[in-house]
Amino acid sequence: MRVPIRITVNGRPYEREVEPRLLLVHFIRDLGALTGTKVGCDTSQCGSCTVLIDGVSVKSCTTLAVQADGASLTTIEGLAHGAELHPLQESFWNKHGLQCGFCTPGMIMASHELLRTNANPSEAEVRHGLEGNMCRCTGYHNIVRAVQDAAAAAAGK
Amino acid sequence: MSTRIFGSGIRRREDPRLITGSATYTDDITLPDMAYAAMLRSSHAHAKIKSIDTSQAASAPGVLAVYTGADIEGQLQPVPCAWLLPDSDLKIADYPCIAKDVVRYTGDIVAVAVADSPYEAYDALDLIEVDYEPLPTVTDPEAAAKPGAPQLHEDIESNQAFHWVVAGGDVDAAFTEAEANGVVVKERILQQRLIPNAMETRAAVAQYNRASGELTLWNTTQNPHIVRFLCSGVTGVPEDKLRVIAPEVGGGFGSKIAVYPADFVTVFCAKSLGRPVKWTETRSENYHATTHGRDHVQNVELAATKDGTITGLRCTVHAGMGAYMSTAAPGIPTILHGLMLSGCYTLPAVKEDVYGIYTNGVPVEAYRGAGRPEATFMLERLIDVLAAKLDLDPTDVRMKNFIPKFDNGHDVITSLTYDSGDYPGGLTKLLEHTGYKALRAKQAEGPRNGKYLGIGVSSYVEICGLGPSQVAGAIGFQGGLWESAIVRVHPTGKVHVFIGASPHGQGEETTFAQIVASEIGVDVNDVKIIHGDTDNTPMGWGTYGSRTTAVGGAALAVAVRKIRDKAKVLAAHLLEASVEDMDYDDGKFFVKGSPDKSKTIQDIALMANVAWNMPEGMEAGLEASTFYDPPNFVFPYGSHLAVVEVDTETGHVELTKYTALDDCGPQINPTIVAGQVHGGVVQGIGQALWEEAVYDDNAQLITGSMLDYALPRADRLPPIEVISTVTPSPHHPLGVKGIGEAGTIASTVTVYNAVLDALRPIGVTQIDMPLTPERVWRAIQGAKGN
Repeated sequence: MRVPIRITVNGRPYEREVEPRLLLVHFIRDLGALTGTKVGCDTSQCGSCTVLIDGVSVKSCTTLAVQADGASLTTIEGLAHGAELHPLQESFWNKHGLQCGFCTPGMIMASHELLRTNANPSEAEVRHGLEGNMCRCTGYHNIVRAVQDAAAAAAGK
Repeated sequence: MSTRIFGSGIRRREDPRLITGSATYTDDITLPDMAYAAMLRSSHAHAKIKSIDTSQAASAPGVLAVYTGADIEGQLQPVPCAWLLPDSDLKIADYPCIAKDVVRYTGDIVAVAVADSPYEAYDALDLIEVDYEPLPTVTDPEAAAKPGAPQLHEDIESNQAFHWVVAGGDVDAAFTEAEANGVVVKERILQQRLIPNAMETRAAVAQYNRASGELTLWNTTQNPHIVRFLCSGVTGVPEDKLRVIAPEVGGGFGSKIAVYPADFVTVFCAKSLGRPVKWTETRSENYHATTHGRDHVQNVELAATKDGTITGLRCTVHAGMGAYMSTAAPGIPTILHGLMLSGCYTLPAVKEDVYGIYTNGVPVEAYRGAGRPEATFMLERLIDVLAAKLDLDPTDVRMKNFIPKFDNGHDVITSLTYDSGDYPGGLTKLLEHTGYKALRAKQAEGPRNGKYLGIGVSSYVEICGLGPSQVAGAIGFQGGLWESAIVRVHPTGKVHVFIGASPHGQGEETTFAQIVASEIGVDVNDVKIIHGDTDNTPMGWGTYGSRTTAVGGAALAVAVRKIRDKAKVLAAHLLEASVEDMDYDDGKFFVKGSPDKSKTIQDIALMANVAWNMPEGMEAGLEASTFYDPPNFVFPYGSHLAVVEVDTETGHVELTKYTALDDCGPQINPTIVAGQVHGGVVQGIGQALWEEAVYDDNAQLITGSMLDYALPRADRLPPIEVISTVTPSPHHPLGVKGIGEAGTIASTVTVYNAVLDALRPIGVTQIDMPLTPERVWRAIQGAKGN
């Protein structure tokens, strides 16, 4: 059985017929060019698959594509404005907030949610806010700095 | 602007593609007409396969083929082991790509399904009927070595894969003397089994061209050239027709060194079906089938005089190797472990017996630090135990026994020659920086609200930059350990560098560009580093053992200096000066005393490439290649300090401060160095406090998903403070040492020592890792009951 759905990803609408069991993360990755959203686990622990559904962060590996029918998604590919990086992307780059880069798209999207709900988080709040995203390379140290840096940059505007 | 940016913490050039989601990892590759493979892993950890029925699966929707062990017979050779440890009676068990008669751990592949979509391939696995006859299992390496233990491999008695010994000095005399007139301290240490958890699971994409016989394998590997070498032998695809590409690789930590059955099976499927085939491991599959780390049972004793001078170390280690011998496994608990038992100290006598034991677990391989954390832990824990017994400050015991500062070679009892080090200087700086005396004074004030303060220190030296190829051969490594680089300067002065090493998160695209820019004076942004593709890079042995900058960086430095030498001759020719009169500074070649008479590297690049006016006998082009074989290993070192608060009511350990002092020689990019330390330290903290792969009595992995295995999380950690000293390696062209593993080597025992230091007033002297609240609480209750 296949179900017709319409999902807008980074401003572009996609109409597909999908199996009801298709995970949202696979829907996104199978669109062709949008492979920035990663699958790092199968139990919704690692957060590599984090995307925004109508502006709110969701782990797309525990969401069915059909649940997102009619929604507007933002993935890591949709964060920058053309060549201009999002402040979080800039700060992850400036603060060496990534190494292998695999967790990074999800980490940046989760950080986006963190700053959406708390524009000026303390270090402890950043650490708590990112507890659902795993990174094996950085020890989180520079990720925390990057998020605080992005918050400071936004406050300075 | 100067191009000398060796030492500058510039932003990484890797990052723009990674922060925008435009990098390509193996699982991101989709090819026309691609099919998808799913592996059926054994449901038993040890069993005979009585029968397999694939008929239902083979006719399921979308399924192209189902293959079993019978189908690959004669097609896929067994998985090779590439570290044939000498003088150890090494027994390598047959490691089939698909198990046919017996399964020996829950990661054994029993069948593979290939379908038009991954969902259909996984559906098919549910339709494969396997009739097993279960056999008894064992996962504890010490228990597996005992008489009567379940036997994994028919012809390998007592499951003993090898027995390796390192010995120096008269250790028995040292202990006889210490028992009579000094002190002996003993520990039984369990280095629990760990799961590496690179955030990207393993994957393979294989594409076969039937007309040309060429096969391309995209693979999540730390060493594509080794994969090509070994994959050719296993699959029969000739080396010249096999192209291995490590695209973006999402971390490895040792788990992507080995060659794996699933990758060869994917190649087999692509060849058999004539379609590209992709296999991507699930995370749970990763836990069951991708190599684990550590798994030592260590019985250790240290002999000393009553003033705290160490006189001998004697130990027996049972190292669990898992069900089969992984690619580099035999060298990890032996060469990379036992040879480092002198640590930073003057140790007059040592003996270690290491027994490598087959068990019904996932094969154990290199895992960040690979043997050295296990050695450092033994020594650094025993020193704290000795200090406690003698009522000395543990840092004083370290100071008393340190090898004095040396800058050009020091021989230790295990037969290694360390390159350079100032261990007392490092520890002194760390203690001053962290206010060690003030911390001890605060601790002396006693517990507050049931919370006990603990201070842990460790000092380490490690062996990395593997290593001289002659030594590699002597210790049974089935390859060389040199590295290679090709530097090509284009007509406009832009540079392409082709390297054999294969970084996967460590940032060498940036640091290597910094080396080139600093050596020949081009802008760092004019240098491109190309790696990871066996068709367009020279042979290299891979990124592990903190060797890419240490060995690959040396190769690059030598190659780029050849470029500079040639450029200087060409500049002299163009300026009508003699070569002896030429000088070089920051991208300019000029006549000594006449800086106006100069040529830039760009001028020279253009002339070399058009070759209109070359010195007689000089070839056109500006290109150099090097195969650099290091004369020795490099030996980074340092001292780390941790402060914890232990809540005696709950057993909870709060890590409140962590400071790392590391010396990896001159730092090409200090930001990247610090990042390596942060990550390494946290991985080691994970072992001390949270992480453990647990098997039940049937050798089923009960920490089989990320839900059950406790990885370090952001909210559990303090900031990691990183400081350094700089002691160049005397034999390295740039003086640099490795830094990838240092943090992990030091931090596990540092945190462990801190927790046990906190609990010392209560009488707790030993707890098995990880130091979870439950274990700490139980230990406290046990001590109170005494």
